[in-house]
Amino acid sequence: MTTPDVRIDEANTTGVRPLLEIRDLAITFKTGGGEVQAVRNAHLTIMPGETVAIVGESGSGKSTTALAAIGLLPNNGRVSGGQILLDGEDIAHATEQRMIELRGNTIGMVPQDPMSNLNPVWKIGYQVRETLRANGRPSGPDDIAKVLSQAGLPDAKRRANQYPHEFSGGMRQRALIAIGLSCQPRLLIADEPTSALDVTVQRQILDHLETMTNELGTSVLLITHDLGLAAERADKVVVMYQGRVVEAGPSLELLRNPQHPYTKRLVESAPSLASRRIQVAKEQGVETTDLLAPAAETAKSDAFLQIQDLRKVYKLRQGLGKATDFAAVDGVSFDVRRGTTTAIVGESGSGKSTVAKMVLQLEKPTEGRILFDGVDTSALKPAELFKFRRRVQPIFQDPYGSLDPMYNIFRTIEEPLRVHKIGDQASREKKVRTLLDQVALPQSAMQRYPNELSGGQRQRVAIARALALDPEVIICDEAVSALDVLVQAQVLNLLADLQANLGLTYLFITHDLAVVRQIADHVCVMEKGRLVETGSTDEVFESPQQEYTNALLNAIPGAKLMLPPEVA
Amino acid sequence: MIRFILRRLLQVIPVFLGTTLLVYYMVFALPGDPIAALFGDRQPPQAVIDTLRSQYHLDQPFWVQYGLFLKNLFTFNLGNDFTGQPIAASLARVFPVTAMLAIEALAIQAIFGVAFGVFAGLRRGGWFDSTVLVASLVVIAIPTFVLGFVFQLVFGVQLGWAKPTVGANANWVTLLLPAVVLGLVSFAYVLRLTRASVSENMNADYVRTATAKGLSRPRVVMAHILRNSLIPVVTYLGANLGGLMGGAIVTEGIFNVPGVGNKLYQAVLRSEGPTIVSIVSVLVLVFVVANLLVDLLYAWLDPRIRYDQ
Repeated sequence: MTTPDVRIDEANTTGVRPLLEIRDLAITFKTGGGEVQAVRNAHLTIMPGETVAIVGESGSGKSTTALAAIGLLPNNGRVSGGQILLDGEDIAHATEQRMIELRGNTIGMVPQDPMSNLNPVWKIGYQVRETLRANGRPSGPDDIAKVLSQAGLPDAKRRANQYPHEFSGGMRQRALIAIGLSCQPRLLIADEPTSALDVTVQRQILDHLETMTNELGTSVLLITHDLGLAAERADKVVVMYQGRVVEAGPSLELLRNPQHPYTKRLVESAPSLASRRIQVAKEQGVETTDLLAPAAETAKSDAFLQIQDLRKVYKLRQGLGKATDFAAVDGVSFDVRRGTTTAIVGESGSGKSTVAKMVLQLEKPTEGRILFDGVDTSALKPAELFKFRRRVQPIFQDPYGSLDPMYNIFRTIEEPLRVHKIGDQASREKKVRTLLDQVALPQSAMQRYPNELSGGQRQRVAIARALALDPEVIICDEAVSALDVLVQAQVLNLLADLQANLGLTYLFITHDLAVVRQIADHVCVMEKGRLVETGSTDEVFESPQQEYTNALLNAIPGAKLMLPPEVA
Repeated sequence: MIRFILRRLLQVIPVFLGTTLLVYYMVFALPGDPIAALFGDRQPPQAVIDTLRSQYHLDQPFWVQYGLFLKNLFTFNLGNDFTGQPIAASLARVFPVTAMLAIEALAIQAIFGVAFGVFAGLRRGGWFDSTVLVASLVVIAIPTFVLGFVFQLVFGVQLGWAKPTVGANANWVTLLLPAVVLGLVSFAYVLRLTRASVSENMNADYVRTATAKGLSRPRVVMAHILRNSLIPVVTYLGANLGGLMGGAIVTEGIFNVPGVGNKLYQAVLRSEGPTIVSIVSVLVLVFVVANLLVDLLYAWLDPRIRYDQ
């Protein structure tokens, strides 16, 4: 791969000194197997008041570059070359004392995961106060409340006296933004600040962050894997790939006219950008299925899976013996036709995963029925349920958690066959080989263990395992949410191909409307346990009937960006 | 919180009855006659034996003996032991000694264990860490009685830094040497526990965020690493306090400390039911209170834990 020199030196043309300039940066990590260069020849310029986004997949070096700028590289990492100029001062090798002076005051940070970045044992107010105090700012209760309310936290005085676990994810992220901006730094490093949040919350938080940094004139270095989000929020985008900056430039220009092959692939597969185009792979898939499927089969295909008035009530314990009912799923009905993909969309807590669990017979519905191929699944006897499981298989979100680390890939994929007593040793091995071919994994993967595979490969293994029993329905519960965009696109294409070839029916649970657009024929939108809207994907996307659906659609990063026809 | 404490204190009742009943029964079931043992090789007249037996209610069935014991307990009259001394008085003599010893040992463990553990954990793989780790392993591997005799010989006899035995004059100074021996093994565990906990918390996201806020290193360590790391350590120390109070029979034996361990040991040798059960009763209370303190400390250290739900 070539590395074009993409350095843009605005400093010389405008005459204003950049706030942060990273030149030829190289970062090396010491690992068990020697030194590994994580970042090389990285260039980056941020002018005062400007927002620059670094985009790349995990492992591209984007976070490492940003952490180097605030002197927070992990212990085994060091800057092995180049300069990090902050207002002309090289801080690449600054003393710890100097970095402590700069942190908070001059360089602030908003970290990625709001759940793990606040210390659980201290009150929110305390964590704000120590920031103010460490940077020599007034830190009375009113100052704390002011900082918190500026970040959009309502009732800040009272909230300051609460602990992190009493906050929702969005509130915690607001608290972290408050902390990051509390000392009015000149540069804010925002490392995936909203990737752990629901889309609608994500939008509110990013809007608020933008308003605040505009008011304060703060420069922002935004780290994200989402090209759409980067393009929407940043003035300039820097694309990193395998530790190098492969392309940089003004956001829209870069999106409209990507030069580097990696950027091109990124633009093509970014789901948030693809949300305005029709799914090519899927279209082809449907046609092939139609050709393969005899007419009789298509006629019969109405309502393969029928969900009728489904309701699930959990008891919430409140004190001694008292319990209140909480309806996680409340009166949900929809049909899934054979060979199609139905997506259930909603934010966390909307009940979408509970529906999936009930369809999988992992949870018992409180009320309502699930008819599978015309048979009520709640009436199944143990032996019938065993057969049912053969026909309906799940793929879960976390490819790290859903594979047994002690099983090699062969054993993982072979296990369902063994459990269901299908074939003998030789035929099972043959089947596993076929499955690996189907999910485009090499035969050599059979002897490897999950920790030796990448996230995308693991999800392929999970798909192969789900396919082992030749199921008719596959329930994908956030099956691609944990994957990088490019890998996500590959896995979605694979799922579409498999549907075309095997006539599979998918029930796709996701919070990501952009993914829905790429794969689903029908959409069910859920909010707080209820089905608020349902229809074909095109209908829902083009003329959403409900306020809530509209909000979800608007929250897709980059949805409002206009793209020229050759890309869009 | 008050309700939680009350509930926990109410739990003492069944625990107390259960343990005393069990211990009382085990002493009752011991083979051999305690009165005969009292006279050693001499054969006392039958009348004397009978008098003593009825005096200590040894001629009564088990339930009556146990009932009498409970009655005495609740009227704060523990009765006399077989040598004719009031049990309450001897408890009042031995418990303060053991309490001193236990507190001293606990302080040694807590202060040095946590401090060493934090330093080792912050610089994992450094020379201090490696040295301390090997040393703690050695301490854990050596049985207490070997350690006790070696310390007694080296520090007590050869160097003369401390009195080799405690004897009647038990105070904070004379108890220091046995306290070191007693605390050493748990010190090694506390150290290792703290070290593991610190080095794990050091990599926590909130620690990085704390650094990014511009806090100084000592502040990050004290406020964000130490407090979070103490949670498992406190649990261990609390459970250990109960154990220390139960009397370190071996250590008290080596250094001739007139504490609970010694007393209990002698009472067992003489099958003195009332004395044994009295000691056990006090220990049950100590255990319950120690555990309650741990739970309260736990809730203070980690606000996510709330008891009155």
